[in-house]
Amino acid sequence: MGIRRDQMETRKSPLPAIPRLPESAILANGTVLQGRYEILKLRALGGMGAVYEARDLRFSHTLRRCAIKEIINAAPDPQTRHLNLQNFEREANILASLNHPAIPHIFDYFGEGNRAYLILEYVEGEDLEALLEHTNGFLSEERALRWILQVCDVLEYLHTHKEGAIVFRDMKPSNIMVRPDDRIVLVDFGIAKVFLDQKRGTMVGTEGYSPPEQYRGLAGPQGDIYALGATMHHLLTKQDPRLEPPFSFHERPPRSINPAVSPEIEAVVMKALEYEAEKRFASITEMKQAILAACGKDEAQRQGGPAAIHREQSITPLWEFACEDEVRSSPVVMKGVLYIGSYDNNLYALDAEKGQFIWKYPTEGGICSTPCLDEDKVFFGSEDRILYALSQRTGRIVWSCPTDGRIRSSPLADYGHIFFGSDDGNLYAVKADSGRLTWKFQAGGPIRCHPLLVTETIVFGGEDGHIYGVDMGTGALKWKQRTSNGIVSSPCLGDGLIYIGSRDWHLYALNARSGWPVWRFRTNNCVISSPAVADVRVFAGSVDGNVYALEGKSGRLLWKYATGGQVTSSPYVYNGTVYIGSVDSCVYALEVKSGKLRWRFQTGGPVPSSPIVAENVVYIGSTDHHVYALPL
Amino acid sequence: MMLDLWRRISVFPGHRKTTLACRDPSAVAGVERRSLCSPLQVGYATDRGRDRKHNEDSLFFWRSILRRAHDYMPFGLFIVADGLGGHANGESASELATHVVASRVLGEIYLPFLNETEADASPAPINEVLASAVEACNVTVCQRIPGAGTTLTAMLLMGDTAFFAHVGDSRAYLLSQGKMQQITEDHSLVGRLLEAGAISEEEALEHPQRNIIYRSVGQGENLQADWYTIEMPPDGRILLCTDGLWGSVPEQEMPQIIVTAANPQEACDRLVDVARQRGSVDDVTIILIERDRAAHAG
Repeated sequence: MGIRRDQMETRKSPLPAIPRLPESAILANGTVLQGRYEILKLRALGGMGAVYEARDLRFSHTLRRCAIKEIINAAPDPQTRHLNLQNFEREANILASLNHPAIPHIFDYFGEGNRAYLILEYVEGEDLEALLEHTNGFLSEERALRWILQVCDVLEYLHTHKEGAIVFRDMKPSNIMVRPDDRIVLVDFGIAKVFLDQKRGTMVGTEGYSPPEQYRGLAGPQGDIYALGATMHHLLTKQDPRLEPPFSFHERPPRSINPAVSPEIEAVVMKALEYEAEKRFASITEMKQAILAACGKDEAQRQGGPAAIHREQSITPLWEFACEDEVRSSPVVMKGVLYIGSYDNNLYALDAEKGQFIWKYPTEGGICSTPCLDEDKVFFGSEDRILYALSQRTGRIVWSCPTDGRIRSSPLADYGHIFFGSDDGNLYAVKADSGRLTWKFQAGGPIRCHPLLVTETIVFGGEDGHIYGVDMGTGALKWKQRTSNGIVSSPCLGDGLIYIGSRDWHLYALNARSGWPVWRFRTNNCVISSPAVADVRVFAGSVDGNVYALEGKSGRLLWKYATGGQVTSSPYVYNGTVYIGSVDSCVYALEVKSGKLRWRFQTGGPVPSSPIVAENVVYIGSTDHHVYALPL
Repeated sequence: MMLDLWRRISVFPGHRKTTLACRDPSAVAGVERRSLCSPLQVGYATDRGRDRKHNEDSLFFWRSILRRAHDYMPFGLFIVADGLGGHANGESASELATHVVASRVLGEIYLPFLNETEADASPAPINEVLASAVEACNVTVCQRIPGAGTTLTAMLLMGDTAFFAHVGDSRAYLLSQGKMQQITEDHSLVGRLLEAGAISEEEALEHPQRNIIYRSVGQGENLQADWYTIEMPPDGRILLCTDGLWGSVPEQEMPQIIVTAANPQEACDRLVDVARQRGSVDDVTIILIERDRAAHAG
């Protein structure tokens, strides 16, 4: 069949989900339906219609809220439209005959123009898919099973309905709402499916959660059991079945992803997910009994997997060096010497192995940028507005280049030149041997990042919010892209894409040749950290406190790790581990593949600077005035 | 102010080491000429299946070359769509899908690209445009032609990079160094069951649902399209086709047919002939895209 599994991980990705209906189709806030229901706000959008929060105006003295589900009946011929409306009425009547705490009450239904409406009980809370999104790490099995047992209850009610079994047909986390009191409610009763004809080749239900027979148009109670199994699998492993090959659950049993799942529950899940319907639980009641039996075992009897608590390594530094003020910049190491700047205005040269002082050079301003090196010189900028070139060996000045603004940008050395930005808004290209200016490029605001060289184009971002691509030889503008806020993050290159963060909360990926945006990823606060690429992944920190790992080609989130404070430090990847600092004073080492914590080292103050690794040692500075050398 | 002489030096250990190279002004003109990219050659064919009233496949392609900051970039959009057979209006669905995607991509990527010097550019990223294009197709087909469906395989070429949005069982292949490599993954129900070990090869051949795809444009809610990107190698060719071709011509035989043809158009015509000889009764649709043949000798 030509399906290449080994390449799927790296090459195939889902396109991002986006809202479905055009703006014009959505009812505006304040619209009143039937002279009685006032639209308060839009809650969700689907392909067939929307869900609104509304108010029943009949109860004028109080805020009587309700949910309104709208379906747009836009078939071109009147016969189909009539048929659709009939089906809709039939389903609405079934819903009206149900009475269960986990099923929202239906109060009314009507058609208006080519749209049909259901007025339902308003349910407060969020759905399980959203809840999973913002949960750090795995859900506890106990918590997940509390909800699942309630779902079993309501499915049992539906399957044994005396007027004929009702099959839910669309069981999945996003159709399970959790109220503030932890009670669940099933939403989306398949009313929308009324409008889809069942034709050979099309699907009913949601891919990934649906059993094989549902693809043939057969939907029975066994199908709900399969879908519940798929839902449990998703809740316990955080692996969305829609993003995995269909029917691949047996290749990824829950404990292989989340070892904290008990073997008994895993057995329940896998049985519910049997390909052949006869091999699954005979009824939802049977499945519920199996879950209860598994829960019933007390802690001593349950064979847990390997401890869910990670054993953190404890880390002792190889050496520490004290400067006279904060260290907010990153070091660079070459030939056994470590160079780092401090807010005490000095650039230090230390012995990398022992941390002994070799020399220091005083400037007139704080140093927050990272130095760069060529064969014999070290280059760095200072807040005294000058770019310095010192001898690596002696620390004596070779030349200096004044600018009109503070220098917070880290210089780049290549092609016999030093490229750096200044707060005066210029990007400079000066000769490495003399400091003489070759060209400068005027951007719209201070330039604080480290420029990147991509096949003869210098790429950098500015506080004016633009990302620039400038010709290396002449300084002429080649392209620019605008983001919505300033950029201090430095760009990095990986597999044909330039990655850069912005204060507009996004991490961007631009096509390296044209600068055209290919994808962007939204975090929950500014991205000041500079991304790092390793293999197929890109890593970045955000002021929202998280460290993110994304798939490089598509921007799909692979994992995120929540630290205790803002992450302005840039990650450094070495040998399967991501090293990064946080404003919570810690330096973190996380596993590249899973985001699992390897170790955490506590310093005496926030760590806004970025680590580097050289000769199996992690070097990083902290605002507690120290430079640390930590063993890998 | 252009420098007369550039000398590249290798920097600290760990940095990519490059050989010492020297560029002088006399070489500059040569460099500029070489940087003009090879023009794209495109062949296409669409052939109605035997005993069919209408050809339910649709195709679309559009290409251009534009100059941007001393660089000539090829830019192209190529789409194949196969209307689901046995459904009402399969051809309307596939045609509609090609129009909607083309309109979105040209309007939200190409035109902004051309107009970027005028506007302060902040365009939507490519993958979001492709996602919204596929979803727009899905909603439009669903609402205007309920019950209809189509596959969709679209490729956007920008410079050396190809971006794909894909739903269904039409395919995109990369032909490079004499080997055919399937880029897209079929959303074939039987294919997936076979891979999952739920059915055997023999069962797959006779399976009553062997023509069923589990994702199609027009299915309504929850449509998820796949996204692929590849860098085009210098000798690379891309083949987009519907199952009328790959269902009867094994992919190992395709390179020979393509490479020995005089040009991509002839290659497409030959592929259709071979498909018919092998007994394909389905609609066959192909688009073949290649760079200048002089760039790769055979």
